[in-house]
Amino acid sequence: MWSQLTASLTDGLLLGFVYGVAAMGLTLIWGVMSVINLAHGPVIALGMFGTYLLFTHLGLNPYLALIPVAGSGLLLGLVIYVVAVHRVINAPHLSSLLATFAVNMIIIGICTAVFSTSPQNIDYSLGSLEVAFLTIPASRLIGAIGAILVTAGLYLFLYFTRPGKAIRAVANNRNAAELMGIPSSQVLALSFGLGTMLAAMAGGLIATFFPFTILSGGPYELKSFVICVLGGLGHPLGALLGGLILGLLEGLIPTFMPVSWVPVLEFGLFVMVLLVRPSGLLGAK
Amino acid sequence: MKFWRQPGFWLPLVLVLVWGGVVLFIHQDLMRETAFILLMAVGLASSLNILLGYTGYVSFGHIVFFGLGGYTGFYLISEQGWSLSTAAIAGGLLSGLIALLVGLAVLRLRGAYFALATIGINEAARAFVSNFEPFGGATGLFVNFSAYQKYGGAGEALWTTFILLWITTMVVLLVSYLVKHSRFGLGLLAIREDEDAAMVMVVKAPQAKTITYVISAFFPGVIGTLYFFKNGNIEPGDAFQLHMSIEMLVMVMLGGMGTVLGPLVGAVGYQWLRDYLLTSPIFKDLHLAMAGVILLLIILFVPTGAVGWVRGRFPRLRRFLE
Repeated sequence: MWSQLTASLTDGLLLGFVYGVAAMGLTLIWGVMSVINLAHGPVIALGMFGTYLLFTHLGLNPYLALIPVAGSGLLLGLVIYVVAVHRVINAPHLSSLLATFAVNMIIIGICTAVFSTSPQNIDYSLGSLEVAFLTIPASRLIGAIGAILVTAGLYLFLYFTRPGKAIRAVANNRNAAELMGIPSSQVLALSFGLGTMLAAMAGGLIATFFPFTILSGGPYELKSFVICVLGGLGHPLGALLGGLILGLLEGLIPTFMPVSWVPVLEFGLFVMVLLVRPSGLLGAK
Repeated sequence: MKFWRQPGFWLPLVLVLVWGGVVLFIHQDLMRETAFILLMAVGLASSLNILLGYTGYVSFGHIVFFGLGGYTGFYLISEQGWSLSTAAIAGGLLSGLIALLVGLAVLRLRGAYFALATIGINEAARAFVSNFEPFGGATGLFVNFSAYQKYGGAGEALWTTFILLWITTMVVLLVSYLVKHSRFGLGLLAIREDEDAAMVMVVKAPQAKTITYVISAFFPGVIGTLYFFKNGNIEPGDAFQLHMSIEMLVMVMLGGMGTVLGPLVGAVGYQWLRDYLLTSPIFKDLHLAMAGVILLLIILFVPTGAVGWVRGRFPRLRRFLE
């Protein structure tokens, strides 16, 4: 009983780090421009497919493939921002929600035509590690380490570089930042790019764990919503914490009740947190 | 102002009345199926519009009421042997009741937080129903065939369902007009523009929002029962499709939110476009992407929708296009 519980908690925790990275992208975009990016799921799926294509066709190591995937994620984000989001940035929420949803439809539409919806997987195994009575798949461990590195990188970027500081300034108060000479449109575009970059990287990491299709991004997008709300919308570090909580829950719940109850509790918790503490567990407001 | 003297009041109602009448007169199965899907879209989009268009609250998971109402009605018909019309009303009432309970809590949230919460409620409901044994769990329910006998066999039952849906759609349009042109509706429009200012002007925003939420949840429940009775089975995946929820939003946007005629135009336009893209040899593989491009163009360049655009462009037509 206890060893089983520990095993499934470790499993959930390691997965939680990667969930955290996916959610960080969503929460960064929300924090800076108050836009909920409904194209988040397809971008995660694109990250999966990017890693897959680089691995199967160019023989690139899936972890090395994350670098080009991240770069293209950034570019894709810039394109999405300029084409779809920039015009509706000050419009009511419905406009930006539907604009990003339109992008979602476009990506899924094109990719379904190109890749079809049959499941793919990355045939790359690193074996597993034996720690005491635990057996940890090495890919999960590397995924978690990757997630920590990405978070640390994001933190350093936001707090110690000029563009990072500009992003925080714009998130804090766009008008004041503009008065200080910060080009807010470029900063918004950069933040959107970073958000999609994180989503694509999370997708790349997830692709090393599970088989996937072009529609696989959807569930991770919904999980990202839950995580963002748990950690407080707009707090990148909160997202990592929220990801860990969600991962632990996913490890914990199946030991007590059938696995099909997990989403009921997840989304129930999500609605409860929104009602009781909409600023999230870490939120200061 | 007497509303029955306004051309804007009659236009949507007469359109739907004539449309359903023609279908009944020609009495062709294929035509009935097409009209059923279209009328359902009109009804769903219009009931969403009562909340979205008048109060400005974006309910992203509105399909949850379609699913829950559909499940309740379907259960009452196939397991308890209720008649279709009473079961449909019961489905609607249950949806309304749930909207009341949920609304009291969730409607305190504003903007994107509300939208997120409605997504969460839809997903939670879907996951719950998948585990709920009386509703058949993940496999869902099948209609008891004897339920069709009451209406003179399956073929006749489908016509009865169509007529009920036709009437429901007209009622939705009627309610939509009456809400918009009442003192209550003016309060809602004030909430849409600025909720705090509206409350200063003694609009009782919490009550008004909750009542609106209940109204806009009632009709999807009724329509859900009719739709799943027609289909003959119900399962969680079909009943709580987030995708359909978003299609409803798109229809409202396409036609023009906050107008009575808009959802009618938007729903018919959207379905027509979808069918065209699905069947056209050039776009059939890319129909989803094309629909996305069109949606994006509308949001970026015609945010008021078709009816809103015409109203802005030709002020003389405003009397007709409510």
